[in-house]
Amino acid sequence: MQFYASPEQIMRDRSEYARKGIARGRSVVVLSYEGGVLFVAENLSTALHKVSEIYDRIGFAAVGRYPEFENLRSAGVRLADLHGYSYGRRDVTGRQIANAYARTLGAIFTQEQKPYEVEICVAEAGATAAEDELYRITYDGSVQDEPGLVTMGGQSDTISGAVKTRLRPDQTLAEALKLAVEGLASVGGESGQPRKLAANQLEVAVLDRARPGRTFRRLTGLALTAILEDAAAAKIEDVEEGLEDKPQPPASSSTPADNASGGTEEDDSADTE
Amino acid sequence: MPTGLDHSGRLPAAYHAAGTSSFSEFLGNVAPELLPGRRPLPPGMAADVSAHATTIVAIICADGVLMGGDRRATMGNLIAQRDIEKVFAADAYSLVGMAGTAGFGLEMMRLFQVELEHYEKIESSMLSLEGKANRLASMVRNNLGAAMQGLAVVPLFAGFDLDAKSVDKAGRIFSFDVAGGVYEERGYDSIGSGSLFAKSSLKKRYRPGVTTDEAVKLAIEALYDAADDDTATGGPDLLRGIFPVIMTATVEGTRRLSDDETRAVAEQIIAERTENPGS
Repeated sequence: MQFYASPEQIMRDRSEYARKGIARGRSVVVLSYEGGVLFVAENLSTALHKVSEIYDRIGFAAVGRYPEFENLRSAGVRLADLHGYSYGRRDVTGRQIANAYARTLGAIFTQEQKPYEVEICVAEAGATAAEDELYRITYDGSVQDEPGLVTMGGQSDTISGAVKTRLRPDQTLAEALKLAVEGLASVGGESGQPRKLAANQLEVAVLDRARPGRTFRRLTGLALTAILEDAAAAKIEDVEEGLEDKPQPPASSSTPADNASGGTEEDDSADTE
Repeated sequence: MPTGLDHSGRLPAAYHAAGTSSFSEFLGNVAPELLPGRRPLPPGMAADVSAHATTIVAIICADGVLMGGDRRATMGNLIAQRDIEKVFAADAYSLVGMAGTAGFGLEMMRLFQVELEHYEKIESSMLSLEGKANRLASMVRNNLGAAMQGLAVVPLFAGFDLDAKSVDKAGRIFSFDVAGGVYEERGYDSIGSGSLFAKSSLKKRYRPGVTTDEAVKLAIEALYDAADDDTATGGPDLLRGIFPVIMTATVEGTRRLSDDETRAVAEQIIAERTENPGS
């Protein structure tokens, strides 16, 4: 007895499979701030990383199956180092790496038995926040250039919605971190309540645009707890429509965070211990 | 540059190979013509094809290690470059200097830097100091064929060992020979055509546990003595403001002394010599 499946059906099944695999995992938020690009991943492991360095000003973040995105990560590092060595360090760009990933994932999607259940973000820190390049590469090799913010993983749309309303390119690291952590915490809680994410549940790294040479820096241990405390104390207001140069709110150190709720139902009480 | 992309658009299998974190091995698989040791050389001595760079000194000090190099590159009797840099930060905590054929030396330094960076990115941890010295030794060994034809490169490697028991034992120096042997040195070392004079100078002045500032003075003085007796080593050029490159590796990482700092020490040494030429 012969079975026939139309190509559309096969592709749809593969897409479904890949999407389900990605949605099972925890999320990652990548966003531009004034000092560079911030990566925040919900990651309980200290040894296995979702966020990594690719090159001087290029970082990598992924969700999905670990062995698959780890393989892609190494391939990206090799590509970047080979290109930088053969030509020059300034000749390696985020776009090249993103394109290489797109081609690889596209080929795997169509040719392999099983698609890679991964979603990848490649970010390049420019000279200013406006020049940052953030690319999202999906399981089937589609690339999207998403300036300012990329969220990936299960319920990424909800997280994106929560973050976008208050995202500005001129935020400090503390403000950007607060935004990202609250975005991640807004999903996955019991009956829709926001969670509290502590330092040991997060993997945080930045591409520090002011640094010469290699800009990638992980924030761990005491550095992370310190900046999370600053983040908890920072005030962020909603970005109102039509207002372009909104002045930055000052970060107060002693009062708990107090957001103007313009649509989000977060009940943001006292900061972390 | 052939990356070997096949028609399916995928990166070649070498990019996805597990079990290797070495950039040189990867280059050997993907683009072997970029590896220094693989290119065939025509027969015959070729010493005058490229400039030669000379005299590097390294000194272990109380809080780490210091390396200094002169600025001259010669080609036979001519000065090929007055301000060549021969001492580099290999990574955040180690320094490497080269003596010998300048072209091959710079390439080896560059490959070594990428090798260390690549390992760190793939493995998410730095190589141990001995591991770095071993990698450099294998690069030197790969250059043996060229070395036999007069294009030798010999590096000097020094670093701050983060795994050392105490800071005063953290500074370590490794020297190499063209056959790829690695030798850990005590106290100080020097390589290059002026190394004998530099070592004689250091032999008299060095004391274990010197401070970094004292070590800077010892290094510049050793290089001055080498320049005094070796035409291939350049002394401080006050006219043009070209001074030896002095770098340190301590718990805070690598640092290159500014031109002003080295100028000050060089001028002090010259003043002392003027008053007392024999010392």
